[in-house]
Amino acid sequence: MHIKQELTERHVLTLTVDNEAGTLARIAGMFTSRGYNIDSLTVADISEDHTTSRITIVTKGPPPVIDQIIAQCERLIPVHKVTDLTEAGPHVERELALVKVRGAGDQRVEAMRLADIYRARVIDATVNSFIFEITGGPDKIDTFVTLMREVGLVEVGRTGIVGLMRGSESS
Amino acid sequence: MNEDFTVPEKSGAEILIDTLVEQGVDTVFGYPGGAVLPIYDALFQHTKIRHVLVRHEAGAAHAAEGYARSTGKPGVVLVTSGPGATNAVTGIADAFLDSIPLIVLTGQVATNLIGTDAFQEADTVGITRHCSKHNYLVKDPADLASTVREAFAIATKGRPGPVVIDIPKNVQVATAATDVKRPTASRFSPAGEADYSEINRAVELLANAKAPILYTGGGIINSGPEASAALRELAELSGAPVTSTLMGLGAYPASGDAWLGMLGMHGTYEANMAMNQCDVMLCLGARFDDRVTGRLDAFSPDSIKIHIDIDRSSINKTVRVDLPIVADVGAAMRQMIEVWKGRKYKAAALDDWWARIKGWRAVDCLSYAGSTQEIMPQYAIERLFAATKDKAPIITTEVGQHQMWAAQHFHFDAPNKWLTSGGLGTMGYGLPAAIGAQMGNPDALVIDIAGEASIQMNIQEMATATQYRLPVKVFILNNEWMGMVRQWQELTYESRFSESYSDSLPDFVALAEAYGWKGIRCSDPAQLDEAIAEMLSYDGPVMFDCRVHKTSNCFPMIPSGAAHTDMILNSDEVSGTMDDEAKALV
Ligand SMILES: Cc1ncc(C[n+]2csc(CCOP(=O)(O)OP(=O)(O)O)c2C)c(N)n1
Ligand SMILES: [Mg+2]
Repeated sequence: MHIKQELTERHVLTLTVDNEAGTLARIAGMFTSRGYNIDSLTVADISEDHTTSRITIVTKGPPPVIDQIIAQCERLIPVHKVTDLTEAGPHVERELALVKVRGAGDQRVEAMRLADIYRARVIDATVNSFIFEITGGPDKIDTFVTLMREVGLVEVGRTGIVGLMRGSESS
Repeated sequence: MNEDFTVPEKSGAEILIDTLVEQGVDTVFGYPGGAVLPIYDALFQHTKIRHVLVRHEAGAAHAAEGYARSTGKPGVVLVTSGPGATNAVTGIADAFLDSIPLIVLTGQVATNLIGTDAFQEADTVGITRHCSKHNYLVKDPADLASTVREAFAIATKGRPGPVVIDIPKNVQVATAATDVKRPTASRFSPAGEADYSEINRAVELLANAKAPILYTGGGIINSGPEASAALRELAELSGAPVTSTLMGLGAYPASGDAWLGMLGMHGTYEANMAMNQCDVMLCLGARFDDRVTGRLDAFSPDSIKIHIDIDRSSINKTVRVDLPIVADVGAAMRQMIEVWKGRKYKAAALDDWWARIKGWRAVDCLSYAGSTQEIMPQYAIERLFAATKDKAPIITTEVGQHQMWAAQHFHFDAPNKWLTSGGLGTMGYGLPAAIGAQMGNPDALVIDIAGEASIQMNIQEMATATQYRLPVKVFILNNEWMGMVRQWQELTYESRFSESYSDSLPDFVALAEAYGWKGIRCSDPAQLDEAIAEMLSYDGPVMFDCRVHKTSNCFPMIPSGAAHTDMILNSDEVSGTMDDEAKALV
């Protein structure tokens, strides 16, 4: 007998949650305890009175599992609202990355040239290194990081994805 | 403004107890320890709250479950930090899976010690996070009252469940003003009535069905006695047959005409065949558990499925349904009845359907080979039922074959009379649950139908029954085996009985006497009725060691991974092996 693999879809969920102790652990732990995937997770306080946070989770699974994930999130007491951006229609996704490269001569020139094409900004420089700041969709950042590998990548820090619905309504 | 005005202050422990009283609590099941001493001091000789001292914290949690399930009120547990809390975890997880409302109060080390591996420190909120409906760590006595109020609302409303409140010792001692009004959060809004568009559609489907079935579950019990009443009326109006999960027994009377018996792995042939062959399935407060559905791709393949549940996450979890309705099942059934009557629907002509059901019933799937030499376990349950049915007993069980035989051969006509660990399947549940049920129903006859292995898991609670003079009866179907394990080994592992023999059993009669109980032993079918009568007439706790046939198996049975139509009716049909796919399913 072998374990069967299932076809999965990528979904971006945003959750509006109470900003209280344990909320993040409750959500992240629910994913682990029920065997769901988390590709990325971001969380930040979003309200003026600091009582509410927005969590963006990128997950993947077969469609019925995605539906269960949403239902299980909604079941948690501190979760007020769950929106599946992938299902809800047009939306934007952005991520920020800091990318450190080391090199000299041509490598250095090439790194700068690529950064320019990708609209990455230099936020730190030494004689033999740069840190670039780049924002964009996950694909753009993936490609940029792959290219930087060729010219001397040292390390990367990524924020994970945040997303919002397009248009005037809140998600 | 009077600047000198000082609000009265109380300690966290006092605020806690006051709030419990305000919430209508009269019974707490607990066990003391260092981290809850301030609370125990506030409880000392309390006039409104009766504390029941258990002998192990698992017993406290299961007793609170038994109290809750039999009274419809939330059960309250009080235990100390560290081992007190971890001992209660099995009961919390049990209540979570069976949707039982519990408030579990756990002591915690002082806030300044949290995270230092202090004496008797355990991360209780971490440990219980995924086996409770919600939990709290309270860091300020001023938050206690509002936390406790919200906890009661969460535990009892919507789909009920256990809520844990972890209270550090310094928070119990520190004082706070008693008039602080924290906003009672409105963040919890359970589903109530259903949308009429959905109800209309459900009624239409049911009224036009040629082969409908009502598949009912524990949600109806949780929704309250009115929900059971509504179910009876809906069954009457529609003429549809009714089956139930293990957790829903009693919602529809077993003596009712439409009753098919329990469904699922050890359900009746007629219930499982009707589920498989129906054209419209109305699922009411049940959750398509794997013990109910069997092989998913063969589960009721041609039916239109309507699912009414208060918990949206129970809908479309394992089985796709055609009409999902998120609502309180009692309210939704009342709406269906109203629409049904308003539109003057008649029960459809279901003669053909009932004729087929009659054919399945004729199989007589619960029959078994009798014996004059030995007590057959099924016979023991039948006789116990016959002797007690007029007393409307509350039955608790442990876990194993005896539990399934009780579900099959003991019949319930009312809700809240059947307390069993369905979801978690916790051996050791039955005795403490019986104690809790007896506390909540002092005049009721409460019987734990037990196995000789399970009963040993919380045997220490015998002393609790003795202390509070609770006349609970423990009726052990003693087959000297972990029968359910032995049965699976016989059916799937070619009778390699690995570690399933109940060796070195205690003398249950002597044990009963040691705890101040009465002990009765019976092994002769001819004397069984008399022995049961002796048990029932004794005004005090009784342990009944009923020596039954040792190697009986519980049938019918749908082997794991099989379809409803592949039910094994008796041991002649058993092969003794199973392929890996099936073995892995359970
Ligand atoms: C706490 C716990 N441990 C293990 C099991 C697995 N298990 C299920 S039934 C069973 C045997 C129960 O034996 P007994 O109480 O004698 O009941 P019988 O099946 O013989 O009626 C076991 C070990 C369980 N359900 N719960
Ligand atoms: Mg046994």
